[in-house]
Amino acid sequence: MAQPMSKRAALKAAKQEAAVERLADVHIPQGAAWANAARDAAKARLVDMGMPARRDEYWKYTRPESLTTPEAEAATVLATGEAPIFDALDRLKIVFVDGVFSQAESDPLEMAGIEIERLESAASKDIHWAKDLYGVLEARGQSPVERPLAALNTALAADGIVIRVTGKAEKPVSLIYRHESEGSDAYLHHCIKLEEGADLTLLENGPAAARFNKVLEVDLADRAAFHHVRAQGRDHERRAATHIFARMGTESVFKSFTLTVNGRLTRNEAVIEMLGDDAVAHIAGAALGHGDFLHDDTVFITHDALNCESRQVFKKVLRSGAVGVFQGKILVKPGAQKTDGYQKSQSLLLDDDAQFLAKPELEIYADDVACSHGSTSGAIDDEALFYLRSRGVPTAEATDLLTLAFVAEAVDEIEDPRLAEEIIGRLEGWLLRRRQG
Amino acid sequence: MLEIKNLHVKLEEEDKVILKGVDLSVEAGSVHAIMGPNGSGKSTLSYVLSGREGYEVTDGTATLEGEDLLDLEPEERAALGLFLAFQYPVEIPGVGNMTFLRTAVNAQRKARGQEELSATDFLKDIRAKAKDLKIDADMLKRPVNVGFSGGEKKRNEILQMAMLEPKMCILDETDSGLDVDAMKLVADGVNALRSEGRSFLVITHYQRLLDHIKPDVVHIMADGRIVKTGGPELALEVENNGYADILAEVA
Ligand SMILES: Nc1ncnc2c1ncn2[C@@H]1O[C@H](COP(=O)(O)OP(=O)(O)OP(=O)(O)O)[C@@H](O)[C@H]1O
Ligand SMILES: [Mg+2]
Repeated sequence: MAQPMSKRAALKAAKQEAAVERLADVHIPQGAAWANAARDAAKARLVDMGMPARRDEYWKYTRPESLTTPEAEAATVLATGEAPIFDALDRLKIVFVDGVFSQAESDPLEMAGIEIERLESAASKDIHWAKDLYGVLEARGQSPVERPLAALNTALAADGIVIRVTGKAEKPVSLIYRHESEGSDAYLHHCIKLEEGADLTLLENGPAAARFNKVLEVDLADRAAFHHVRAQGRDHERRAATHIFARMGTESVFKSFTLTVNGRLTRNEAVIEMLGDDAVAHIAGAALGHGDFLHDDTVFITHDALNCESRQVFKKVLRSGAVGVFQGKILVKPGAQKTDGYQKSQSLLLDDDAQFLAKPELEIYADDVACSHGSTSGAIDDEALFYLRSRGVPTAEATDLLTLAFVAEAVDEIEDPRLAEEIIGRLEGWLLRRRQG
Repeated sequence: MLEIKNLHVKLEEEDKVILKGVDLSVEAGSVHAIMGPNGSGKSTLSYVLSGREGYEVTDGTATLEGEDLLDLEPEERAALGLFLAFQYPVEIPGVGNMTFLRTAVNAQRKARGQEELSATDFLKDIRAKAKDLKIDADMLKRPVNVGFSGGEKKRNEILQMAMLEPKMCILDETDSGLDVDAMKLVADGVNALRSEGRSFLVITHYQRLLDHIKPDVVHIMADGRIVKTGGPELALEVENNGYADILAEVA
């Protein structure tokens, strides 16, 4: 007689079934043999893991359903559009509309110091460097915690950008995501390979689609440097699940900052593996939302080398029903001595009807390390507010000033002051519009 | 300029009465000083006038040039021309001193229906005024009062006053924590602002500040009331004999 399935096994079976169903009618792009193999492997990974479900520990605070359904829920395209960002900078512009590359709006894909092409074209070539990267870091990142939506992306993504950086890129590569169709469901997968000593700045901005699933794989060879600044668009109803997978060599530097305003649901995961000694990884974010807004930063940093430094700085400003989630983990592997791991996650709750859920974790198997984490929730400082008002600054404006001050610590993680200015400008614009109703 | 009549104030949260009928009238262009023992209610009076939360006015009135202050928001009082130099200036991490001042100056101008100051005019103005108070460029860039020494904080209050050009300036123990030279700078800053249309209420424990800023009138506050009012000689009397004689005399 067959044993009745345990509850756990039954849940797993349901997740797997959901994955099979999810993959049943989708269009899987065809390309060169290596690309087909990578996509097939991702499908198999996904079926093995199953789709994320509400009961999963890793999805305890953020409900995954709206990210996993076959159809994306429609999201209104904000009529007013967004104030421009990064416009004043000399950059290589690459535009995606609802997740589809727009040749007409993009600059020619060429720049000194880098090889750059569309994923579609790379994936149709029999021999391409991207075969060592596409889905490879994603697959590595599935353990010890599963990230099914990233595997789904590797299986489905037809478009994206692949970049190989051999020297110092002459200017930033700027990915612009426009959202035009209310029901759009976009999958983009970018791969960036930085050779020894190479240096690239990547910018991303825009709401992208009604639902956006994006994976960014970044492979940093020794002494490579990668700077990433992203502004997720402000369409109120959009949803996004994004993953960054980074693998870091000796003395490499990885710095990533994300600004998120509005959006019904945003789950930004980052999985960073520090494999070479003396590497530095900083990941920071500022998220501001009100009403039907959930923002989730889920970060996993693995120290597996000597004397590496990692820093996480996340700030969330929440009001009227908005929810902030932070799941951040630092894993220090045996032998990763002299690790310096820092994690700070804070929320500013502008009223009683906002919520911040934080799960900071340290798992340490080396003895000579310095790791710290702190997570706090607070309201606007009354003393500071009164001081500002006593100087004639009206409450709303004073609150905005204190809000900017609160997120400043995260914005300060951006190394290039011009990029920090762009982000502050975007923040100020958003606050001003909110204030003026 | 400032008229306070029979002002009674208690704490909102508890049944503690702090001001028990304050009467005070500061004429335009004059300098009044308030002295009084610790805990007599001097800071409370200044907070209530500027609109800080936590206090309940149970009786009495306070007007600035005839306008009822007590019904207004703190920012509205500021726009009317009221300024308080805090006994304990507040630190605001993340807000640059310069940004703070420009926001304040322009907010007040806007409230009064004036045009905002251009960035260049503002810079010119603040540089000159900061220089007079020996506030360097670094202090202007740093977050408001963060990491400032006690004396630097007080000079920063006076810089704010100089930039905002209020009509009614209340200085709550601006002299405490100042070295002799800084005291002179602050006093010079105040004296430079003295004019027919501007009044000062200087709260202090020491005669020394009043050597530099010559008051027209000196009040003694005790247990929530003004118990004695006189000329500059009253401050000297306190300096020499303490409060015992005065309090005994009015008891
Ligand atoms: N928020 C408060 N909670 C409790 N007690 C208060 C509060 N504010 C003021 N008090 C009390 O009210 C009294 C008056 O305080 P206040 O600060 O006005 O005195 P002061 O005259 O400025 O004294 P000092 O010369 O020491 O500055 C004190 O006994 C003080 O403890
Ligand atoms: Mg006091």
